Amino acid sequence: MTALASSAITASDRPLGSAATPARSFVGGIAAFARREFRDAIASRWFLLYTVAFTVLAVGVSFLSLSGVGSHGFAGFGRTAAGLLNLVMLVVPLMALTAGAGAIAGERERGTLIYLLAQPVSRTQLILGKYVGLATALVCSLCIGFGVSAAVLAWRAGGVGITAYAMLVAFTALLALAMLSVGVLISVVSRRSAVATGIALFVWLTLVFVSDLGLMASSILFRLRVQEIFSLAIVNPMQSFKMAVIVNMNASLDVLGPVGAYASFTLGRALPWVLAATIAAWAAVPLVLATILFARRNSP
Amino acid sequence: MITATNVTKKFGPVTAVSDVSFDLADGASLALWGSNGAGKTTLIRCLLGVCRFKGRASIGGVDVRRRGRHARALVGYVPQELAFHDDVRLASAMNFFAGLRRAAPARAAQSLAAVGLTGHERKRVRDLSGGMKQRLALAIALLSDPPLIVLDEPTSNLDAAGRGEVVHTLRALKQAGKTLIFASHRPDEVIALADRVIVLERGRVERDTTPAELWPTEKPVQVVRLHLAMAREEDAAEALRQAGHAVHLNGEGLCVAVARDRKAEPISTHARHHNEVRDNEMLDDVQVPEVTP
Repeated sequence: MTALASSAITASDRPLGSAATPARSFVGGIAAFARREFRDAIASRWFLLYTVAFTVLAVGVSFLSLSGVGSHGFAGFGRTAAGLLNLVMLVVPLMALTAGAGAIAGERERGTLIYLLAQPVSRTQLILGKYVGLATALVCSLCIGFGVSAAVLAWRAGGVGITAYAMLVAFTALLALAMLSVGVLISVVSRRSAVATGIALFVWLTLVFVSDLGLMASSILFRLRVQEIFSLAIVNPMQSFKMAVIVNMNASLDVLGPVGAYASFTLGRALPWVLAATIAAWAAVPLVLATILFARRNSP
Repeated sequence: MITATNVTKKFGPVTAVSDVSFDLADGASLALWGSNGAGKTTLIRCLLGVCRFKGRASIGGVDVRRRGRHARALVGYVPQELAFHDDVRLASAMNFFAGLRRAAPARAAQSLAAVGLTGHERKRVRDLSGGMKQRLALAIALLSDPPLIVLDEPTSNLDAAGRGEVVHTLRALKQAGKTLIFASHRPDEVIALADRVIVLERGRVERDTTPAELWPTEKPVQVVRLHLAMAREEDAAEALRQAGHAVHLNGEGLCVAVARDRKAEPISTHARHHNEVRDNEMLDDVQVPEVTP
C-alpha cells in the first residue's frame, strides 16, 4: 500500500467536536438506506422470483377464470379483479411478510448490522430506510404484475371495469405495506433470519387460513352476534382487504351473508374508508412498534 | 477527544465492561489489550454508542448516548473483518457510505486512492482478499475525514503481509494527527502504534500504562503460542503474568509476548510451576515498515 494521500488525513487541524461533514439530516439518512435497500431488493432473486410468479399467475388467472364468460373470451377488468382477489390474498402477504422478516434479522446474522449502526445514523433511520426501500420494491413488483395483466386485458376487452381494477391495485399495495410492517416487526425480535422467516410463514398461515376457521368456530361456539363477528373479521387485514375490494367493485356485501349486510347497512358509504383505515393501522402500528423495540434494544 | 466515565455494560448477569474510565487527548493513540472476552469489543461498541450502557462517554464533547449519530460523525470505525454485502461492488459500497457520512462523491475516489485500492472499483466485495477488505474498511472510515479512528482488532484475520500494510497505514494516520483507539492481540502492533495501553481483564481496567512499561525491552518482540492441558490454562496464564509476561488466552492456547532472544523463558516458567507444555509455536513476525514523514 502506498503512503496515504494527504487529502485523506487532514483532520487534525480541525476544531474538536466539529467533523468536516456532520451527521446527515434525519430524512437524508432514511433516503440513503431506502435507496440501497431498493437497489439490493430489485437485484435479488426473491424480487425476480416473486415478480415473475405474480405476473404469470395474474395473467393466468385472467385467462383461466374469465375465458368463455365474455364475448371475446374476457369479461373485462371488473371480473378479472374478482378473480385476482384470492390470488392476491395468498401471494402478496407471503411476499411482504418474508421480505420484511429478512430486513433486520438478515443484517444481524451477516454481521453487517453492527457496522451500519457504527455509522453516523440512528436506529430509527436505519429501520425506516429499510422499510421505505422494501415497500418501494414490493409496490414496483406488484405494479409490474398488475400492469402486464392490465395490458393483456385492455388489448382483449377494452377498459370496462378499470376503476375496480385500479382499486384492487391500490388496496393490494396497502395490504403489502401492512404485511411488510408485520414482517419487519418479526425481524426486529428475531435473532436469526431463518427463525424470522419461520415466524413470518406461521403468521401468514394464521392470517390466511386459521383465522377464518377460528372465526367460524367462535361464531358457532359462542353464538356471536353479527356486529361482533364483523368486528372480529376486520381485525384480520385479509378480511378487511377482501371486503374493501368487493365493495369497490360496486358489488353488494350481501354475498358475504348477514355480516356483509350488517356492514353495508350500518356503515354505508363510510365502509370502504373504515376498511382502508383498518389495513392502514396494520401498516402503521407494527412499524411503530418495530421502531421502538429496535431503538430500545440492548445490543445490535 | 474522547472521554469515558464509569462505562459499564452488562448482558444479563454477565458484566462485560465494568466501570471503565479514561480520557484520550486529541492526536493520541490508545491500545486496548486483553484476552478474548476481556471486554475490548464491547467497550468499543459502547464508545461508538451502538449498544446501551451505564456511565458516560463523549467524543469531541458530544455525548455518545444522547447524540449518538452526531458523535459517530466524528469517528471512522474499522471492524475486525469488513461485514458488508458481498455482492456489492467497491464503487457502489463507497457511494453508499459516502451518502451516509455526507461525504462528497469525489471523496470516495480519494479515500480508495489513500489506501491503494484505486483501480479495484468494479470488483465485488467478495472478490477482495482479507487485506484488501480491511483497506476498504479503512477507506470507508476515512470518507468524511473524521478526527478519530476506532479499530477492533483490524489485523486479526490477516496474514503477515496484510498486517504490515494495515499497520503502515495506521502509522501514517497517526503521524497525520488522527486520534486512534484500537483493540489488538499483537504486542508488535501496540508497540508500533500506541502511546498508551489499557489492559482489560474480565471487563475491568487492570492497568493503564504505556507499551514501554508493558514490554520493557528494546529488543524486537515475538509472540509464542503455548499449548497446555485446557484445565491448566488459566493457572498457567496467571503464573506467566506474575513472571512479568504479557499473556492472552485466545481459545487456541496461551499467546505470550517475549523478546526475541528469550523465547524459552515462558516454558521455563511453566516448568517451575509444574505445568506441562505440550507444544509451542512462533507466530508470524510482523515487520513494521518505517514511514517516511
